[in-house]
Amino acid sequence: MKRKSRFLVTMLCFGFAFFYVPILSMIVFSFNNARLATVWGGFSTKWYGKLFENDQVINAAILSLKIALLSATIATILGTMAGLALARFKSFRGRTLFSGLVTAPLIMPEVITGISSLIFFIMLAEWVGWPAQRGFATVTLAHITFSMVFVTTIVHSRLSEADVAVEEAAMDLGSRPWQVMKDVTLPIISPAILSGWLLAFTISLDDVVITSFTTGPGNTTLPLLIWSKVKLGVTPDINALATITVSVVGVGVIIAGFLMNAAERRKERDAQLAYQSNL
Amino acid sequence: MTEVSGNGAQPASDPGHHGAFARWFNRRGWADLTIATPYVWLVIFFLVPFLIVVAMSVATRTPTSPPFSFGGEHPLINTATYDRLFSDSLYIRAFLTSIRNAAFATLLCLLIGYPMALGLTRVSKSWRNILLMLVILPFWTSFLLRVYAWMGLMGNNSWFNKLLTAGYNMMMPEEWAIRSIQMMNTNFAVVLVTVYSYLPFMILPLYANLEKLDLTLNEAAEDLGSRPFRVFLDVTLPLSVPGIIAGGLLVFIPASGELIIPGLVGNPSQPMIGRVIQDEFASARDWPMASAVAVGLLLLLVVPMMLYSHFEAKAHEKRAMEP
Repeated sequence: MKRKSRFLVTMLCFGFAFFYVPILSMIVFSFNNARLATVWGGFSTKWYGKLFENDQVINAAILSLKIALLSATIATILGTMAGLALARFKSFRGRTLFSGLVTAPLIMPEVITGISSLIFFIMLAEWVGWPAQRGFATVTLAHITFSMVFVTTIVHSRLSEADVAVEEAAMDLGSRPWQVMKDVTLPIISPAILSGWLLAFTISLDDVVITSFTTGPGNTTLPLLIWSKVKLGVTPDINALATITVSVVGVGVIIAGFLMNAAERRKERDAQLAYQSNL
Repeated sequence: MTEVSGNGAQPASDPGHHGAFARWFNRRGWADLTIATPYVWLVIFFLVPFLIVVAMSVATRTPTSPPFSFGGEHPLINTATYDRLFSDSLYIRAFLTSIRNAAFATLLCLLIGYPMALGLTRVSKSWRNILLMLVILPFWTSFLLRVYAWMGLMGNNSWFNKLLTAGYNMMMPEEWAIRSIQMMNTNFAVVLVTVYSYLPFMILPLYANLEKLDLTLNEAAEDLGSRPFRVFLDVTLPLSVPGIIAGGLLVFIPASGELIIPGLVGNPSQPMIGRVIQDEFASARDWPMASAVAVGLLLLLVVPMMLYSHFEAKAHEKRAMEP
């Protein structure tokens, strides 16, 4: 057993080095003074200033945030409905097709989703005259469609774990249906809804392929801006942008992790207390 | 408490019978609304576009705008695109490059991810939470920037490339010495960055699977005299096949349709299938051909996709059955 675990520890170290050395290298080189992005030329923070010199980056970031906020919110509503439908209604007409439609976008290669959305929007403009121009609206619609199924998956699995009996028990004990919905069902799925929203938000904020197919002139999201810069090669100001992104996300994830850990511990403690007081 | 839950559990165990809550939900039309809204949305924005692409793949390319036509003077179902798809070496080579790169990446993810996932199940609980967070953390940062990080490392002047070159020159005879290793714009770079980007998709399902395994089986096998590696081969590995399949598909499917990674670090003269679809559509303005290539990619992935949803549905059932 000892020998094997030494091998596993080595692999863990190697794996995490593999994960983090490129990111650390990127962070270090964001403070590089040299124009050549890959050769060290002394410490400097000038690329951070350069990044915000023109408002191109800011505008792209604002557009990305707008699209992500709107699409994640609508995707969460639609995705939660679909998750409820799948978990609570075992038989309705077209359920097979529905569960297929909910899984397919998850595993469809993005290129195919992108090109089919693009052709769809062009044909729609041909048939009904809308959208005359692709941009904010078409990108948001496409993002909603492919991120809502992630919310569905999360809500569905949370509801499958939860016991239907609790809802019925509350009914039997005399609660009104809307009270059951408010006091039982929503608290059960609210963590799932929250993590679904976060996931939809991140997916939208990060998407390149589907956005590049469905956007139009003048509507450049942050990933598309980075994509167009990165295609030309490694530049120090993208290193700076990456460092900012990684720091924001890192701090956010660490805080969320601690909060979740604390909540879990509190829940365990409460459950234990309740159990003890029942004895 | 036991009385109530025993009473209420009845509707759950009998799917035909709906409890009072479900009945209320149904009567008010809420059920129909809950099902219909996302249903209609997915039909309009996912199914219809997809069917348009399938139909487009048998349309005829014309110099009109939009550049295709159905019927009229052209055959209603024109299979010219598919004839080209299966005969033109451009498409065949693109498919082969995609499959090869995705297969290598999946295999490497498995070789790196499996020991990591197994290692995660063997560390203490507090360590495990931190390490799991570290596995997920890169996933929350921008995909594009993770690819970009490797562009910085692989360039011919980078410290990483110099390090590797120095290592190579030290081990090889002097006349074989090289100045740098060409990593950018190769299929090697595509595989490496794909592994880097998709490794969490391999580790997480494997970890979820391995975590549930009963360690007493391993102990029993060891007590009976098996060597640790033998125990791994005979006990752990067979039981983790569902995790291997789930992780493998989660890496292979997106990797084969990948557009960004080969676009940034790949060999431009050996395009992968995603790039071909984009070029046919945007540069060649051949919508039927672009659609046919997309359908071809989908046909290639249909078997792995069906496998994935099959296993996913089974896992769902199992989760629902567990108390």
